[in-house]
Amino acid sequence: MSALTFTLRCPPPQRVDLCALTPAQLAGKSLAEIAALPIQTNRAPLCVGDLFALKDGERGTIVFEGGAERLDRLGAGLDTGAIRVIGAVGVEAGRGMSGGALTIEGDAGPYAGSGLRGGVLRIEGDAGERLGGPRAGETEGMNGGLIHVAGHAGDRAGDRLRRGFILIEGAAGDCAGSRMIAGTLAIGGKAGALPGYLMNRGTILLAGGCDEMAPTFGDCGVHGLTAARLLASYVETHSPNLAAAFRQPLRRYAGDLAALGKGEIFSTTT
Amino acid sequence: MSALITNGVAIDDTFAEAFDMRGTALVITADSAKWALQAATTMTGFATSVIACGCEAGIDRELGSLETPDGRPGVRVLLFAVSTTELQKQLQNRVGQCVLTSPGSACYAGLDVGEDRLKLGAAIRYFADGWQIAKKIGERRFWRLPVMDGEFVCESSVAMTKRAVGGGNLLIMGATPQTTLAATEAAVEAMRAVPDAIMPFPGGIVRSGSKVGSKYKGAVASTNHFYCPTLRGAVASEIGPEIGSVLEIVIDGLTSEAVAAAMRAGLKAIIDLGPARGALRVGAGNYGGKLGKHHYRLRELTP
Repeated sequence: MSALTFTLRCPPPQRVDLCALTPAQLAGKSLAEIAALPIQTNRAPLCVGDLFALKDGERGTIVFEGGAERLDRLGAGLDTGAIRVIGAVGVEAGRGMSGGALTIEGDAGPYAGSGLRGGVLRIEGDAGERLGGPRAGETEGMNGGLIHVAGHAGDRAGDRLRRGFILIEGAAGDCAGSRMIAGTLAIGGKAGALPGYLMNRGTILLAGGCDEMAPTFGDCGVHGLTAARLLASYVETHSPNLAAAFRQPLRRYAGDLAALGKGEIFSTTT
Repeated sequence: MSALITNGVAIDDTFAEAFDMRGTALVITADSAKWALQAATTMTGFATSVIACGCEAGIDRELGSLETPDGRPGVRVLLFAVSTTELQKQLQNRVGQCVLTSPGSACYAGLDVGEDRLKLGAAIRYFADGWQIAKKIGERRFWRLPVMDGEFVCESSVAMTKRAVGGGNLLIMGATPQTTLAATEAAVEAMRAVPDAIMPFPGGIVRSGSKVGSKYKGAVASTNHFYCPTLRGAVASEIGPEIGSVLEIVIDGLTSEAVAAAMRAGLKAIIDLGPARGALRVGAGNYGGKLGKHHYRLRELTP
């Protein structure tokens, strides 16, 4: 059976919250019931059927044909099944995911993968700021799973990352991996200023260098570490380029010594 | 005792009696096969018998770089003990003293599924004096310990099986020490190809097979005088005048099936070699079937 398909009729007249459109929440619902689900975020009523043309299909696999930067919280809370978006999405795509796969064939707005706990979020375009990061007031960002960004990522990617992998093929903005608690952040392109700002633990790979390294990281020299080989093996299926970078001799910077200082930045630019 | 004659080799109508053990497996890697083997050899040294060594351990097989977690050459080793507590102690001591210390080494779980888990890196990490780093990669958790040649990477825990079996055995009897050793070496060579089983004694061979008990207080085992050729005329010997030498192979396995497969492979190798260059007779050690719950009848394992 083919996938349950939502085809965007027109650009949304307001920001919409699509967190209800996951396989688990749509299981057992008829097409009419799905079309009647409210998705508005202001006082103007808006239902799924107003915005999307629905084509029936298997509930475990969902496709969105057409994207817009106002499609917020798409795939949030996903725990099983697969969602594919042909187009861009708004804020908090895949927030709080604990399983399944969310693929965005376009750009994603800020806070994509915020609080991710499991599953795989794949963004084939660029990601906005605070990729995988926590909302204001939350103490932890991403806590498991994997995010792969084929393009670039905005500022503070991996903010308060605690567990899991964030793989960015392109460049990243300032303060990538800020306040990291643990986990792994790999950046294929150039990172902005101050990567690893106030990180406690965790690993950041800079395969393309950075604009400015914080003075609170200590240069530990160039090494070929077994741990980097393990990381390379794990990311190989998602990103051969980043796996290759992990296999190179890497300069290890320990830090942030202004915080706990048990984190590390690996740089291929030795 | 009636015997089945196969290719001129007499197979006793008897069985090997073996016991439940706790077992686990590790994968040890290094920058070269030489150093992976060195670490594995050191770790499995003085581990021939639980009677005095605390555990029985040996090399299961060498691994190519495509078979190990870090893409380097490796060796899979198996450890067996009579209790979970003893196995944990032996594992921790041996990895800490023999693998951690070996240049370029890393140590991973070689067994993923079992009834319980043993601490591996989680027990050794304190050597790093606070500089240890935990790294979770997928579902696996590793510890990284800074050491003087770089980092020692060690998986946090390893599975332990309670279905392991220790004490499978063959008694190989020949006319001379030379032919007996040739047959036993052929058997060990064939048994090494069987996965999940080890022969923990030197080169896989025991020349001093033991019986339970002794005339001396405090000795839990003593020489198996029934099979000593030099006592043949003085005791109720189990060997006839044609036998000039007896060697034993002891087998431990992660499963009963692995022990049986190893014994089957060893018997075939002995029979294929024949009596002229090898063994005249093959037997097995048991305690009348009253002590161990695993019985391996030689007739059923004979090809």
